[in-house]
Amino acid sequence: MTTHPVLRLTGITKRFGTTLANDAISINLAPGEVLALLGENGAGKTTLMSILFGHYTPDAGTVEVAGVQLPPGKPRAAIRAGVGMVHQHFSLAANLTVLDNVMTGTESLWRLKSSTGAARAKLLSIAERFGLKVNPDARVGDLSVGEQQRVEILKALYNDAKILILDEPTAVLTNLEAETLFATLRVMAQSGLSLIFISHKLNEVMAAADRVVVLRGGKVVAERMASATSKAELAELMVGRRVARPVREAAVPGTVLLEAIDLDVGRRLSGINFAVHAGETLGIIGVSGNGQTTLGHLVSGLARHTGGELRLFGQPINHTSVRSLIEAGIGRVPEDRNEEGAIGEMAIWENAVLERIWEFSRHGLVDRHAARQFATKIIDGFDVRGGTPDSRTRLLSGGNMQKLILGRNLQNRSRILVAAQPTRGLDEGAIAAVHTRILEARRAGTGVLLISEDLDEVISLADRIQAIVKGRLSPPIPAEQADARMLGLMMAGDWPQDGKFAHAS
Amino acid sequence: MELLEIFTSAGIWGAVLRIATPLIFGTLGALICERAGVLNLGIEGIMTFGAMIGWLTVFNGGDLWVGLLAAAAFGAVFGLLHAGMTVTLGLSQHVTGLGITLFASSLSYFIFRLAVPLASSPPTIEPFQPLVIPYLSALPFFGDALFNQTAPTYLAILLAVILAYVLFRTPLGLAVRMTGENPHGAEAQGVNPIAVRIGAVMVGSALMAVGGAFLTLSAFNSFFPTMVQGRGWVCIALVVFASWRPGRALLGALLFALFDAYQLRLQAVLGKAVPYQLFLMVPYVLSIIALIVTARRARVPQALMQPYRRGER
Repeated sequence: MTTHPVLRLTGITKRFGTTLANDAISINLAPGEVLALLGENGAGKTTLMSILFGHYTPDAGTVEVAGVQLPPGKPRAAIRAGVGMVHQHFSLAANLTVLDNVMTGTESLWRLKSSTGAARAKLLSIAERFGLKVNPDARVGDLSVGEQQRVEILKALYNDAKILILDEPTAVLTNLEAETLFATLRVMAQSGLSLIFISHKLNEVMAAADRVVVLRGGKVVAERMASATSKAELAELMVGRRVARPVREAAVPGTVLLEAIDLDVGRRLSGINFAVHAGETLGIIGVSGNGQTTLGHLVSGLARHTGGELRLFGQPINHTSVRSLIEAGIGRVPEDRNEEGAIGEMAIWENAVLERIWEFSRHGLVDRHAARQFATKIIDGFDVRGGTPDSRTRLLSGGNMQKLILGRNLQNRSRILVAAQPTRGLDEGAIAAVHTRILEARRAGTGVLLISEDLDEVISLADRIQAIVKGRLSPPIPAEQADARMLGLMMAGDWPQDGKFAHAS
Repeated sequence: MELLEIFTSAGIWGAVLRIATPLIFGTLGALICERAGVLNLGIEGIMTFGAMIGWLTVFNGGDLWVGLLAAAAFGAVFGLLHAGMTVTLGLSQHVTGLGITLFASSLSYFIFRLAVPLASSPPTIEPFQPLVIPYLSALPFFGDALFNQTAPTYLAILLAVILAYVLFRTPLGLAVRMTGENPHGAEAQGVNPIAVRIGAVMVGSALMAVGGAFLTLSAFNSFFPTMVQGRGWVCIALVVFASWRPGRALLGALLFALFDAYQLRLQAVLGKAVPYQLFLMVPYVLSIIALIVTARRARVPQALMQPYRRGER
């Protein structure tokens, strides 16, 4: 890179209490470059970007944009210098239109009339230029998450951003949306914008970045051109040791535990068939929004079937309730751990026992002692770090929260485990831990229903795979026969209509 | 059919506008506060105080318009108090609002008693007179029905139009709406949500107080402590009914006033057969039904009642 850098961070250091979040970090960014900032949760990526954007004041170090030093701690100055930030949690207003969201703060407050026409024209021309299709008059709350992110990006571009920072941009996106996003980022880079995206996902870093800076423990540990490195090398650099996801051994399937026969749930699932055997993992692959959530809810007791038959341990069941399914031995890892998996403001021990509170009650009172013991067992047995039984669950990282949820289900050896998107948003180390637990449970005889949109995950964990498309399930194929291409076809709805693959069981 | 004949008299439509006026002011005031994300349950007390201070100003020789302005100014002061506690300190908006209602109501009576000695019949002032509009007021039926009002009534209707324009057509209105939806987002785009909220609560409270003052300066000519009679709470409900839109707020206030005017006349027609208390319920029952029908689709400002603190998510 011989060109003058558009952005130069020099010796950025930031301390929170006793922890050193950023330790003398220096990074340059060239015009038109896509830089990935790779690191595990807690490596200091977000802190660094918050300093760059002026949310935090660094203890030492400087930020220069196009050779001019930015005053520390002033977001307005960063915006004016052409730095745009796309936050992980969008700062959008759901009830306002796209145009309203983009225009906020761009005009003097005391003007007697908003120049809506000019703003609309500018927004549409930016959208056109970068292929970010959007309806300016749509209500933001009605848009999909991917579209909302598009609005977030447009907001930054509308403020004439030259440098765009994206904080874990794919954390909330489906695979398809993520691919679209990266295509957009390419277009933006080609037109001269410089981009930094923060990520802990190796696939996307390899696919989208020109250059990768790896952070670990607040320090830059390596810098690589994407073309001159590999996923394995990056993984090792990021974690600091060799991590390998566990490998699945052949299954010994037992009796059928859970079976659906021509099952309908309203119009969201129609005529689905599947069977989960003891000691095997059935993987359901599919692009988000094709009925996975409903399927997860059905087997968790949150939705009821309206047609067909659902059999649990060979017995048809009609009235599923959450409690009856838990008592029957179904463990559930819900899709959205913050919304459905755990209550952030409550203590870890409360979250550990809440779904089976009747087992921890005596004379109508909660048996706190037993409950805390149960929580302690989970914390020790499942390596939940960062909290005691009494600390608030919100303080746990995503990976540790997921271990807590797995732990409360597997501690008493549930007979069926329903795991919906179990590693969404987790970093490499946590993914390996979650996978290990799922494989362990399977080995112990639990039947696992894995609902996921991550191809790698399904291929590595599942024994048999079915695709879910528009509320319908494909017939199963054995994992040995599955490859990315075939699963891709299945996820597109392309499967033999006679319901048979070559060796389908 | 006597029950329907009521609607054919010009008198009821004139009464509807009269009854609606304080509700329009109050509802628009509450709407401004809530659009910025602050629930202002101080409305009942602020209206009472506005009624008192407006009346007292005129009683002491002030002009009627000066009375209205005095009410607005003191309303803004109560707004500042509410904002100081709920916005700056981030305290519970419910508790603070109810506290302000109790405080302002009691203070009104206290000041009134200090200023005016106890008398068997309360002292009176000369209130606003109907504004004669050339030609329009002389129209048959419509003249009496629509153009026989005092100036503040026309002002209230005009205000609804102005507020709709400001909210949806100006950068200031956008800043207010953004603050009520997502103050973090507003801040990230250079709008100061704290300032917007304080300003909105002050302006909104000023309007509430003007609504109260209408009662003493136009609808009646004297002050008594219980005269607001729950109109503030009706305004809070009307904001929901209006789905936080000024035009619909105007409509809602008129609708409620229509129910009220109707039940008053119904008492005259059926009064002997049915206890009048039953009629008093009519507007409230109908309002609840209207709320059930409309409010399910209402778009609540997403940050309503959420205190904003810098740097916290």
